[in-house]
Amino acid sequence: MRLVLERRAERSTTIAIASPLIAIALTLVTMTLLFALLGKSPVAALWVYFIDPLTDAYSLQEIAVKATPLVMIALGLSLCYLANVWNIGAEGQFLIGAVAGSWLAVRTNGTDAGHWVLPAMLVLGALGGALYALIPAICKVRFGASEILTSLMLVYVADLFLDYLVRGPWRDPKGYNFPTTAEFDPVATVPVLIEGGRLHLGAIIALAVVAAASVLLGRTIKGFEIRVVGAAPRAARFGGFNANQLILLTFAVSGALAGLAGIIEVAGPIGHLQPGISPGYGFTAIIVAFLGRLHPLGILIAGLFLALTFIGGEQAQISMRIPLDLTKVFQGILLFYVLACDSLVLYRIRLMPTHHRAGYGTG
Amino acid sequence: MGLAEAIILAVVTASTPLLLAAAGELVVERAGVLNLGVEGMMIMGAACGFAGAYLTGSTLIGALCGIAAGMALSAIFALLTLGLAVNQVATGLALTILGIGLSGLIGAGFVGEKIVPAPQLHLPLLSNLPFAGRILFAQDAFVYLSLALIAAMWWFIYRTRWGLVLRAVGDNHASAHALGYPVLTIRTCAVLFGGACAGLGGAYLPLAYTPFFIPGMTAGRGWIALALVVFASWLPGRLVWGAYLFGAVSILQLHAQGAGLGIPSQLMSALPYLATIMVLVVISRARGSARSAAPASLGMVFVPDR
Repeated sequence: MRLVLERRAERSTTIAIASPLIAIALTLVTMTLLFALLGKSPVAALWVYFIDPLTDAYSLQEIAVKATPLVMIALGLSLCYLANVWNIGAEGQFLIGAVAGSWLAVRTNGTDAGHWVLPAMLVLGALGGALYALIPAICKVRFGASEILTSLMLVYVADLFLDYLVRGPWRDPKGYNFPTTAEFDPVATVPVLIEGGRLHLGAIIALAVVAAASVLLGRTIKGFEIRVVGAAPRAARFGGFNANQLILLTFAVSGALAGLAGIIEVAGPIGHLQPGISPGYGFTAIIVAFLGRLHPLGILIAGLFLALTFIGGEQAQISMRIPLDLTKVFQGILLFYVLACDSLVLYRIRLMPTHHRAGYGTG
Repeated sequence: MGLAEAIILAVVTASTPLLLAAAGELVVERAGVLNLGVEGMMIMGAACGFAGAYLTGSTLIGALCGIAAGMALSAIFALLTLGLAVNQVATGLALTILGIGLSGLIGAGFVGEKIVPAPQLHLPLLSNLPFAGRILFAQDAFVYLSLALIAAMWWFIYRTRWGLVLRAVGDNHASAHALGYPVLTIRTCAVLFGGACAGLGGAYLPLAYTPFFIPGMTAGRGWIALALVVFASWLPGRLVWGAYLFGAVSILQLHAQGAGLGIPSQLMSALPYLATIMVLVVISRARGSARSAAPASLGMVFVPDR
């Protein structure tokens, strides 16, 4: 027997919507087996992972808090991936955005600066992320260097740069030698939406970005250009679209969104700059982008779902002693299934007896 | 042992995992497939290699476990990208994410344990030669293996019929298919070979480089191996000095940190990554007009028509 792919004459909308759901179902089956292998009750574990966090208000807020950076980063990445350029360094752009915005918070710390500080920090964060993302984009456009490798290398550089800042020049003198900046002032902090809660203004910003991305992709020429350049580069050249300019644009936008997510995370839930501000948001966002089928609304839903796995994973570690790495395994397996199921949208898959092969071997 | 000797020995040890992983990826890319999952396969090789060596007390079995782990991951990659025609970039990323998670899961029980590192093979008499003796004739088995592997690869790619077929498949899969060569089978073999090499390269880290396992101990070496293939312009010979150059950068920055030159240690630690970016830019720019030594079908999906 062998696998044969037959290109579908037209795209099936039903399968396009069903494929992420099939992928999630297959992932859950695989997880059930993994839990059993680890000697944990699969039912109890799946419950802790996926149902428990949905049952109390605190966890629900926490899901929204975790989904905020994921959705924002993934929206930017989806623009790149639609245009067939591969920014995989969003993690680094997130960190640099956090650093750029924190600079102002550190500089104004303890002064009587007014309410302009937070907006200025958000702008700086987005700017920092965009400029950092432009490094691999310019290397690609000017010199033809693979953006995949350069953008990834810059993640390590950003991580070390942040580490240097919080251990060196920006360390809180009253922080007992911990590698962290001083706690940000109230004017440099993203306000929470519900008094005493965790949900913050960032969630609203993320929703606004979802709306903006929908308009960009669905209603503007630029959005159309992005999709044509990605799907049919030859047609795009004949159409006179400037592919290089689009590489710069998609990288800058995705970097800006990742940077914005970074400064919101630092000025919001965390409240100061320190190493380890991201549990891999930049990489998980890649999964969010694909699970959401590179569609803004899909990404919103996918972001909430993956945020759920972060929260569920933490709870499973606490209550069932399930290793935290299982969440990463889960995310990796999910991405595999998502990609495999995406193939169903383009192709019909048939199993053929092997002896048929001779008939069209040399075509 | 003098300082220079010690540094050169350290450079060789630091370069070997890069060389092994990059050698595998070079064959994969020569077949027209871009597997970005090297980092994931390496870290799985490290975790499984350490587990195997710790449980059996044998470096050889550890190495074999590492190879098996790398191949298992690469088999998933082959199934998706070759069997189901999925985008290779995205699948490679998935492989890395999965590998990092799985290795953490497998390695968790072994963190803090130690093993006996792979012994250095002293060639009688030759290794007693002053200076060169220690460097050339007293390395561990992996070092010799990695160099032998490069030689064998060169011979295979340029001197055998199947090497020619491999290059044909990578340069124009449609023509190779039309000539009756089993494109997908050849690519699958190449991908599995790449997985084996990456797994071995990863296993080298806990088996010979440091005698213990730390989660995430590959620290981006898989990505540097990918960059090395570009640096080498897909030529096996150039891979050797590329790998040793990178090994040298990473060792020299450690020594510079130790010497305390007043440069922030983080800047020194970032050097290998910055060097990779610089090299990619310079190489890509130099190649510019001679439009790329890359295999022409690299990264493209191939679905045989029926």
